[in-house]
Amino acid sequence: MTEKNTPLWEVFIRARNGLSHKHVGSLHAVDSEMALQAARDVYTRRGEGQSVWVVRSSDIVASDPSEKEVMFEPTGSKIYRHPTFYDIPEDVGHM
Amino acid sequence: MPDAKFKYVLRLADDQLILGQRLGEWCGHAPTLEEELALANIGLDLLGQARSLFTYAGEIEGKGRGEDELAFLRPEREYLNALLVEQPNGDFAVTIVRQFFHAAFMVPFWSAMAASSDETLSAIAAKSLKEVEYHLRHSSEWVIRLGDGTAESHRRTQDALEELWGYASELFEMDEVALEVQQSGIGVDAAALKPEWDATVNAVLERASLTRPADSWSQSGGRTGQHSEHLGHILSELQYMQRTYPGLSW
Repeated sequence: MTEKNTPLWEVFIRARNGLSHKHVGSLHAVDSEMALQAARDVYTRRGEGQSVWVVRSSDIVASDPSEKEVMFEPTGSKIYRHPTFYDIPEDVGHM
Repeated sequence: MPDAKFKYVLRLADDQLILGQRLGEWCGHAPTLEEELALANIGLDLLGQARSLFTYAGEIEGKGRGEDELAFLRPEREYLNALLVEQPNGDFAVTIVRQFFHAAFMVPFWSAMAASSDETLSAIAAKSLKEVEYHLRHSSEWVIRLGDGTAESHRRTQDALEELWGYASELFEMDEVALEVQQSGIGVDAAALKPEWDATVNAVLERASLTRPADSWSQSGGRTGQHSEHLGHILSELQYMQRTYPGLSW
C-alpha cells in the first residue's frame, strides 16, 4: 500500500561544477516534486550537492546479472585497450 | 526604545524556538523517514535563527544574559511567542498547516526585515529568508497533496485549517512595542503583510481544493506572555537540562 502510493526513486547528486551526477541512494515519494524535496532533505544535509536528479527506480533499465559473463568477460582478454603501452614524454608532466 | 527593541527581538526568537521545539517532537515519530528528516531540517533551521536572535536580544538587554539564559531560564509568562507556534503537533495535517501559516508569514516578514536599518537584524533576515522560502515550498506542496489526496487526508487538512485559523491573526498584530520598533526604522509593519499572506494561502488552498475558513474567531495574547495551556508542557521538557544541570554547555 505504501509502496503503491509512494514509489521508489533513485537519487543522483552533483557535488561540484565539472563533476557528473553520482548515485547516492534512494527514497520513497508520491511524485517528482516531493521526491526532489525529499532528496534535498535526506541527501544534502551537509552541503553535499550543487544539483540533484531524481529518477523513478522503475524507469531504470538494468543489465541482467545472470548475463554477466556474456556482457563483461570478453573485455578481460583485451589488455591493449588499456592505455599502458605508451611512453609519456617527461615534458607532459603528471597525467 | 531599548526595552521595546529587546521585547521585539525576543518575540521573534521565541516564535522560532517554540516552533522548532514542536518540530523536534516528531523525531522518531514522523510518518516516513523522508519526512522525519524534512521536519527535523526545518526545526534546525528555526533553532539556528532563534540562537542568533537570542544572542542579539541579550546584547540589547545588556544584563549579561546569553542565548541559553534567554532560551531556557525564563518563566512561562516571559515567553512572548505567538500562540500559533505552541499549538500541539496533532496529526500530520495539523503540523503541516501550522508550518504553512507560519512560513507564509515569515517569507514576506524576513523579506521586509532585510531592509531594516539595524544591521544585525537585516543580516539575520537575509539568511533566514532562504530557509523559510524552502519551508513555505515544502509545507505548501504537502497542503496541496493532503487536500487533493484521499477523502481522509482532505477531511483532516480541512479540520486542521479550522483548528488553527483563529491563531493566524496574532501574527499581524501591531501593538505599542511593534509600532515603536517599526517607526524607528528597525521593525516590520506586520499588518501590511496580510494581503501577501492571504494571496499565498488562497492560491494554495485553491490548488488543494480546500476551503478557506471563515474569520469567525481569533485568539491572541502570546505577545504579552498569556499563553495556552500547552506552553508550560513544552517548557518543562525544553528547560529540563538547564534546570537540572545549571550552566551546562556542549
